[in-house]
Amino acid sequence: MKSVRVGAGLGFYGDSWRPVRASIERGGVRYIASDHLSELTLAILQKDRQRDPAAGYARDGLPMLLELWPLAAKHGVKFILNAGGLNPAGAREAIARAFREKGWKATIATVTGDAVLDRFDELQAAGEALAHMDSGAALATVRDRMLFASAYLGAQPIARALEQGANIVLTCRVADAALSLAPIVHELGWKWDDWDKLALGLTVGHLLECSGQGSGGNFGSAEAWAQIPDYAHLGYPIAEVSEDASALFMKAPGTGGRISFDTLRQQLLYEVHDPHAYFSPDVVLDMGTLKFDDQGNDRVRVVGATGAARPAKLKIVGGYHDGWMGTGMIGFSWPQAYAKCVKASETIRTLVAERGWPVEDMNVEYIGYDSLLGANADPTYRDQLNECFLRMTIRTQDRKVADAYGRLFPWLGLSGPPYVGSMKGVQGAKELLGIWPTLVKRELVESKVDVAVEKV
Amino acid sequence: MRVPLWKIAHARSGDKADRADIGLFAWDAPTYAVLKREVTPARVKEHFKAMCEGPVELWPLDNLLALKIVLNRALQGGAARSLRMDNLGKAVAAQLLRMEIEAPADLPRLKAE
Repeated sequence: MKSVRVGAGLGFYGDSWRPVRASIERGGVRYIASDHLSELTLAILQKDRQRDPAAGYARDGLPMLLELWPLAAKHGVKFILNAGGLNPAGAREAIARAFREKGWKATIATVTGDAVLDRFDELQAAGEALAHMDSGAALATVRDRMLFASAYLGAQPIARALEQGANIVLTCRVADAALSLAPIVHELGWKWDDWDKLALGLTVGHLLECSGQGSGGNFGSAEAWAQIPDYAHLGYPIAEVSEDASALFMKAPGTGGRISFDTLRQQLLYEVHDPHAYFSPDVVLDMGTLKFDDQGNDRVRVVGATGAARPAKLKIVGGYHDGWMGTGMIGFSWPQAYAKCVKASETIRTLVAERGWPVEDMNVEYIGYDSLLGANADPTYRDQLNECFLRMTIRTQDRKVADAYGRLFPWLGLSGPPYVGSMKGVQGAKELLGIWPTLVKRELVESKVDVAVEKV
Repeated sequence: MRVPLWKIAHARSGDKADRADIGLFAWDAPTYAVLKREVTPARVKEHFKAMCEGPVELWPLDNLLALKIVLNRALQGGAARSLRMDNLGKAVAAQLLRMEIEAPADLPRLKAE
């Protein structure tokens, strides 16, 4: 029976590619599917591109390939990565230049056509309101502040690149799981309307797209997390997918982490809304029919995926400017560490009020007490904390106010409550972004999708 | 008896736009039956009333011994405009594990104590 092994690459922009080496060396993978774009990474890339038109792609794609390509080429392993970001052609140029200098050979494909920011008029003229998917708000309320907008493309253009012999596929925004689904469909010869099989492929892609989170990282639990072996050498998940629509999950021998029913089901439901209708551009997955068979020794077999026909519309995610955040922080030691943080926060509130600054919202948190647990923090020992840090943030439309706000805090060191710590400099204004999810008829986007293949 | 969820279940959370989402997983089938009965959208909404401004949605998944829970309008508009330390909602699952429910004392994890 035909099968193909796909291994997880990065799970976000800035993730480590070190564990990918073990998957290539000892994991038997044919493909690495590497996800460099979280929901708002494109906002970072947009700022890069405004500074330099040749930029706008994820800058960790090239160093990853420089580190791993000789090994990958030796083992015949192909890379599929969405590190193209807003500028796949620019990413290809940077990689091709570096490869030529090294005398390395590769067939590099780019997938483009996701960008819709410049096409809003055309899309609206074609009948798409582009209103906010959840709130129903009109696009006009944010349009002049929109920084980027990309449609999530599916796996088909990636599969076309593979058919044309590419061994590195650089994409723009695609659905994260498409990075895995494409080589699976390509290798196993599945049809693009065999919904149950595509649903299994989507399940695999979803379980691989967050790298170490699919193999024991961030294992959300009390106590059980401490049983995950060897975090330092945690292996990224690998799936061997067979043509009968089953998948065997594993990781490279000798690596840390854990592949089990527990670690996989945590990832399966991660960042999912309705689990009976998990949307992707290629198929809609019902997670309610999946069966997990934990065979022990870091092996889990997954079968039973059911899928419904792909949606008529693609999702677009846009990001728009939504003000500025000012941040101030100061820490205090025992005695009365928490009480001193409260006093400092009241003092800062007074200073902000006296200045009449246009502050829309203020968030007060006590690090060491409630900054992660919020109102569910347990107050039992609040007044006996060894130390506590005050973090106060504001939202304002005025960038100068956000900058000036952070500079209020150092003064407290000499003129506020005693035993301060954390005078480690001032944080400047940080731009805040609102997110704009919306839908568009897929033909309007897919007619612009382009696959270009180039030998280096 | 009153039992905090961390003693009988595990959980992971994440973000999508202004939604925080949580997977809550029973370690065993008897516990799953209790979670399905006791962990209701209303109870979860009450537990998160300080941060969740929208409705709570919940789907039980018998094949995974899990509940999928979604907190709508819970992230101050989304991770990139949130003022919170936990702007990505990664610790929201930890908050849920502090919720207490009514559970029989003979659940496997409680007997092992």
